[in-house]
Amino acid sequence: MKSIKKIVLSAVLLATSISKMYAQPALAAAKVRGQIVFTTYCMPCHQADGNGVQNLNPPLVKTTYVLGEKKQLIEIILNGLNKEIVINGETYNGVMASHDYLTNQEIADVLTYVRNSFGNKASMVTPQDVKLARVALKK
Amino acid sequence: MKKFSIILLVLLVSIVSAFVGLDKGKLFKTTDTAGLQLPQGFSASIFYDNLGRARHLSVAPNGEVFVKLSRLKDGKGIYKLTDANHDGVAETAVGFGNYTGTGIIVTANELFASSDQAVFKYAINNNVVDTANTVTLVKGLWNKRQHESKSLTLDGKGNIYVTIGAPSNMCQVEDRKKGSPGQMPCPILDSAGGVWQFKTDKLNQSYGEGIRYATGLRNVVGLDWNTEVNDLFVMQHGRDMLFQFYPEMFTQKEGAENPAEEMFRLPKGADAGWPYCYFDNDKKQKLLNPEYGGDRAKVGDCASKTQSVIQFPGHMAPNGLVFYTGNQFPKKYKNGAFIAFHGSWNRAPEPQEGYFVVFVPFRNGKPDGKWEIFADGFAGPNKATGRVDYRPCGLAQGPDGALYVSDDSKGRIWKITYNN
Repeated sequence: MKSIKKIVLSAVLLATSISKMYAQPALAAAKVRGQIVFTTYCMPCHQADGNGVQNLNPPLVKTTYVLGEKKQLIEIILNGLNKEIVINGETYNGVMASHDYLTNQEIADVLTYVRNSFGNKASMVTPQDVKLARVALKK
Repeated sequence: MKKFSIILLVLLVSIVSAFVGLDKGKLFKTTDTAGLQLPQGFSASIFYDNLGRARHLSVAPNGEVFVKLSRLKDGKGIYKLTDANHDGVAETAVGFGNYTGTGIIVTANELFASSDQAVFKYAINNNVVDTANTVTLVKGLWNKRQHESKSLTLDGKGNIYVTIGAPSNMCQVEDRKKGSPGQMPCPILDSAGGVWQFKTDKLNQSYGEGIRYATGLRNVVGLDWNTEVNDLFVMQHGRDMLFQFYPEMFTQKEGAENPAEEMFRLPKGADAGWPYCYFDNDKKQKLLNPEYGGDRAKVGDCASKTQSVIQFPGHMAPNGLVFYTGNQFPKKYKNGAFIAFHGSWNRAPEPQEGYFVVFVPFRNGKPDGKWEIFADGFAGPNKATGRVDYRPCGLAQGPDGALYVSDDSKGRIWKITYNN
């Protein structure tokens, strides 16, 4: 009984370390791809340092929009955002267009990049996450 | 003890004067411009500080400065600043008006101020603004939270001019979406994307009572009535996203420099061409926008539109315009234009630009020579990234001929004077 527990435990540990081994390069690769998407589509408004533009374009640095629920963040990419939002007491009014023309892979990559850059640290977004959000929104 | 104090005082004074004497040029240069870089002979003081989002400002004939805020400070949206001892620094600030906005114009008898959808008027009796009796001059203007500022100017003939920016970048079917086509005709132009004229003595006006004085203007924040030639002049904010939407036509650098930020002289009925046309700084011509079939060569109808009188590099966001009619500054400044450039963001990853006050010499209502930077140093050390200290927004001339500049980042007001 004890030995079974030990085997299970070591299997779990092994699996965890293997997944970690794979996750790190996967994260790094997604970030590299995501940075290209970010530079093309996001940086003009959110700026290279992710701090946005006063009154207009919200920062992407350690905000609940970015670090919180993935689904909501994916929906912002798919639908755009055209309402006043408040972050740290500052209001932002800039109009973000829908970016539903990006592929599931591109959206997953860019969100993974944003969630793990500018001092952010959060889980990866997968193309499957985006696919499910699209189905829910029919986009 | 008394004798000792006197000796000490004399010693101290001589040390200080020696220091000032030794280092006179340098010391005066840095302290007297309040951190700004100005042409030789000009100095500046911090007239007031920390008003927050100080947008436009206007100076009454008695020298009192009125500032409009786009965020309430202690519950007030307008501040009256008074420099009773004339040392270039206001001692008192009195707030009134519980609404936010941008536009403000004061005369000897009246004060006009705007929210993002209305214009209000106050009477001034014996230098006192009747803040208890606010009347609504204009109401119900579009406020769709993009290019929402309503800036004001007067022609001295009973009319007030109100800018209504287009709540759009390019009048696309889907605003700011890559690949979305431009609407033809652009329905926004019925209610925005222009300058509207209203009466200064008629209450509760709206679109029905006003006149669309000029159209085809994407977003105007800085405007002024030129009293030398009796015409309206405005600064347009040019469109965004040329490189991002059309990388096959524009390099990243060309996208940062284009389109031009333009100054227009607007006769009644003028059409400056937005959203169909833009001014290409490389081709030096007004061309058809790509959303409407342009390819950086096609002119389309743009040749028949009102042409700008001067062009500037892209995205610098001209937010303030004033024609200098004073006598304090040297002769070359008379009737010329000062323009406050709020500074760019749509140039990233190229370095950001603007955040300065420009001067354009004028003769008979036409630019007469190249533009030059008049006041600089607002941005601080991080200009390239856009993480700046101050952002020039409003300009106003005082009765003594001094030039006032407002910053809507922290709310600093500078008074710039000439001292030979």
